[in-house]
Amino acid sequence: MPEILDQARTQVLENGVGLDEAGVLAVLNLPDEHLPAALQLAHEVRMRWCGPEVEVEGIVSLKTGGCPEDCHFCSQSGLFTSPVRAVWLDIPSLVEAAKQTAKTGATEFCIVAAVRGPDDRLMRQLREGVAAIQAEVDIQVAASVGMLTQEQVDELVEMGVHRYNHNLETCRSYFPNVVTTHSWEERWETLRMVRESGMEVCCGGILGLGETVEQRAEFAAQLAELDPHEVPLNFLNPRPGTPLGDRSVVEGKDALRAIAAFRLAMPRTILRYAGGRELTLGDLGTRSGLLGGINAVIVGNYLTTLGRPATTDLELLQDLKMPVKALSATL
Amino acid sequence: MSSDTTGSAPLGTSTTAGNPTRAGDPTRAGDLAEAGASWCDRCGTPADEGDHTACRAARQLEPPRYCGHCRRRMKVQVLPVGWAAVCVEHGETRA
Repeated sequence: MPEILDQARTQVLENGVGLDEAGVLAVLNLPDEHLPAALQLAHEVRMRWCGPEVEVEGIVSLKTGGCPEDCHFCSQSGLFTSPVRAVWLDIPSLVEAAKQTAKTGATEFCIVAAVRGPDDRLMRQLREGVAAIQAEVDIQVAASVGMLTQEQVDELVEMGVHRYNHNLETCRSYFPNVVTTHSWEERWETLRMVRESGMEVCCGGILGLGETVEQRAEFAAQLAELDPHEVPLNFLNPRPGTPLGDRSVVEGKDALRAIAAFRLAMPRTILRYAGGRELTLGDLGTRSGLLGGINAVIVGNYLTTLGRPATTDLELLQDLKMPVKALSATL
Repeated sequence: MSSDTTGSAPLGTSTTAGNPTRAGDPTRAGDLAEAGASWCDRCGTPADEGDHTACRAARQLEPPRYCGHCRRRMKVQVLPVGWAAVCVEHGETRA
């Protein structure tokens, strides 16, 4: 057994203290023959500190495309020659999307907009949409609308948004290679305000942006320092027309190593499968990740791409005897 | 610094502008062989030129982006279940 896994068994599994950056790097560098042991340990950690339940979430894009930022992975930037056009979702369709999500048993519904930060029009649309969902659908509403001012944070709290997503995307040292129109520190500042507001913090990123293994470890350590309630883990799905459109997808084994490593860095967080898992992991890898530290999934489609049918994921959870977290357990 | 909303419009209701809508006639993901389609709905190049194998594979996990009839970029709304794509000339397609 590699020394790092012995260390993690005591430190993380028994004492609930996450691995530091060096420890995460050691896990990320484990040879293939030790990957099953790393996943098994990460699964035990998840079961010990989070339990068997899986949190299910659906997401929808309220405002698609036309974003002024240049996040190099994103097909919604207005600065690239992506085929994605700008479009707004109307409120009845937003409510219908929340209903569709609730039917899967999901407890979370995240409303997302491709913006630098919300303007008055978007805040009005969000307020109206959240109120309409709360009136008709039994589901918790989260939001992801970019960088916020303190006033906007307060407004979201007042609307009843219980969790706010704002991904750091990658580690601090690599961020300038991925985004040039705003800084990692600006994102951190929004996260700080969200945390202080009492909203739950949802913050993760994308693996496979060209970062080194060392930078992947740096990212895990920075997320652990933030200590978010939820970490959505995306794997790059290279989008046509974006600067990262020609990159290869992350190797399945590297993705699984990352899942185990991130779980061992953050034993208590909700570690969620987000975009790209279908390409990177396929069906078998998706199962392995759920048995290797993942305890939450986005079901159904994503913002501009499609996911597996929700029923496929729900059947997998049933097969794995992992109960879907009930709404009553989240309140 | 607010969002660029150029060209934005609500989606989700059936669009009947232009030619008759194709709502209710879902296009299967990955199926480029829609009757009368001249253009690849993923890459926007002629459907009968070049190799669109990769496009067909990608369309399993993507909605269409170009109208197969006229190559116009469509307004596409992805929903938790399904998607809706609107061509200003040929109307809405849903799946």
